[in-house]
Amino acid sequence: MNKLFYLIGAVVLIALPFIGVPQYYMHVLITILIWSFTYTSWSIMGRFGLVSLGHGAFMGVGAYTVAMLWNYLSLTPWIGIPLALLFSMAVAILIGYPCFRFRIVGHYFALVTLALSEVILMLIMALRDHTGGSLGLTPERFGEGTSLYALQFADKETFYLIALVSWAFGIWVWKKVDSSMERYALEAISEDEDAAASVGIHVTRQKLRITVISAVMTAFGGILYGQYQMYINPHTVSGVGISLQIVFAVVAGGMYVAFGPTVGAIITISLAEFLRVLIGTAMVGLDTTIYGLMLILFIIFLPQGILGAILEMGSRKKAVRNLAAAMGAAPR
Amino acid sequence: MFDIYLLETIINGILLGGVLALLALGLNLIFGVIDVVWICYAELVMLGMYAIFFLYVKFGIPLILACLAGIAVVAVVGYLVHFLIISPILGTAPINQLLATGGLLFFLQSFTTLLFGIEFRNIGLRLPVLEVFGIYISFARLLAFCTALIGMIVLYFFLARTYIGTAIRAISQDREVMVLMGVNSRKIYLITSAIGGGLAGLAACLLVLQYDIHPAIGLSFGPITFMICVLGGLGNMLGGFIAAFIFSQIIAIGGFYTEIEWGYVIAFAVFIIMMFIRPQGILGSRS
Repeated sequence: MNKLFYLIGAVVLIALPFIGVPQYYMHVLITILIWSFTYTSWSIMGRFGLVSLGHGAFMGVGAYTVAMLWNYLSLTPWIGIPLALLFSMAVAILIGYPCFRFRIVGHYFALVTLALSEVILMLIMALRDHTGGSLGLTPERFGEGTSLYALQFADKETFYLIALVSWAFGIWVWKKVDSSMERYALEAISEDEDAAASVGIHVTRQKLRITVISAVMTAFGGILYGQYQMYINPHTVSGVGISLQIVFAVVAGGMYVAFGPTVGAIITISLAEFLRVLIGTAMVGLDTTIYGLMLILFIIFLPQGILGAILEMGSRKKAVRNLAAAMGAAPR
Repeated sequence: MFDIYLLETIINGILLGGVLALLALGLNLIFGVIDVVWICYAELVMLGMYAIFFLYVKFGIPLILACLAGIAVVAVVGYLVHFLIISPILGTAPINQLLATGGLLFFLQSFTTLLFGIEFRNIGLRLPVLEVFGIYISFARLLAFCTALIGMIVLYFFLARTYIGTAIRAISQDREVMVLMGVNSRKIYLITSAIGGGLAGLAACLLVLQYDIHPAIGLSFGPITFMICVLGGLGNMLGGFIAAFIFSQIIAIGGFYTEIEWGYVIAFAVFIIMMFIRPQGILGSRS
């Protein structure tokens, strides 16, 4: 039954670009998919209590490395992307290893990673001769604008499929982590680090591994964003604002369920687009005002997120039904 | 060779440090007592700056009164932050409180954008620049530095000498036992939040003299305040005080030799390295 749902979902999602969806909706869909992928990447480590406010840094590292290698060295993204991913991996290890080795957890971890995202933001600003500073950076168009070599696509359909595959990959990694033994180790670590270490879990290694996976995927999300928008700006791919936006969407959707971050992306992006279309640009900031308010309300009243709450309700009902059936009573 | 410009930079760095120290002090007070990081602290300062701006420029209230009113407004906001947001989730995972105030950061920043627009405003008051032995010092900065110092001293005596101050210090040392001793922790938390807000309001009074007001101003000195607090040891007020001057010197001197962004890059990098050398902060003790 579950498999059937997935199959139908996959067919519908793949068929979407071929049934003549208007360009604007394609754009919204692609944006949702790219951000869903990034949010999912964050939640891979976020769900284990490793709340990073530095994921903007990884996005920035990914997007800027690829764009700058292309613009200045004419290096194709096919080489640039692996280099950028390696680079973000190095950054993740550089910041993650000492953090985990010296037991920087909780608030301290959040604030150290926040410093990281500021370092990257300030670096991009300081290197404005090469990065364009706060004016942003535009990857140079290759020929007509569509080229596999430059990974640039003028039509939305191709990019939709790329984004779809990336997103599916993100969900697959999430599920893979969810069903692995490491998940239990990481959950134990997030409950009590000393106790976890005492039963033979290598705390530093486990945390570092999940951080690197999450960081590299986030960097890839940044690259996708850059290649799709063909414009990157330090404030849209790095810094505290974007890091908080990632965290917010995941909390809203649900941190502990596979499709939670995706639901978060759908909610936040549709809300922003809806308000933009409805009210126009006259009320700049209305969408983030609502996000902010929602984030506070979610943390207070619904910490498991929308999808998390729905699924929880469903499983509770099922449990009640099963119990009632087992006791031979009529279901309530 | 003696470089007068370098000396000027160092002095300006010290003066900047005073304001940063004040910001760090409020945050440290709240963390030390309630064990919560208000990630929106700099946004409260922004709110205070807007309050002063509107009272002074639009309603023509004298600046001193506007500043006092600004402090009161932010103190009330601080009280409300605890009352409405923190206290319902006080018992949950600590990171929830950080995220909830992160939501408040978003809210305050975009709500002010919505209300007041993104244009830069200033109170239109230009304080003179003093010249001492060929060194130019901004009077606004000097005033800010002195006020910040006075504010800190007043807070010190409040904490050391008054009954409520003693209760605040006691509860920051042992949350469980003090409740058994008959201290109403809820009341103390609310008072502390109001004081923390008041300190943010005081910082707003000082910053409004030097900087233009815009909704994103919190982001320009919010992160640096957190770094200072963590470097000094979260909750350690003396540590935060020293760290503020270390940071302001790094930014000032780094910016003097290169560009101001590089000053920040170096400061943040130093912070990350320091975290690995002394994770508990320069003076902190962390269990």
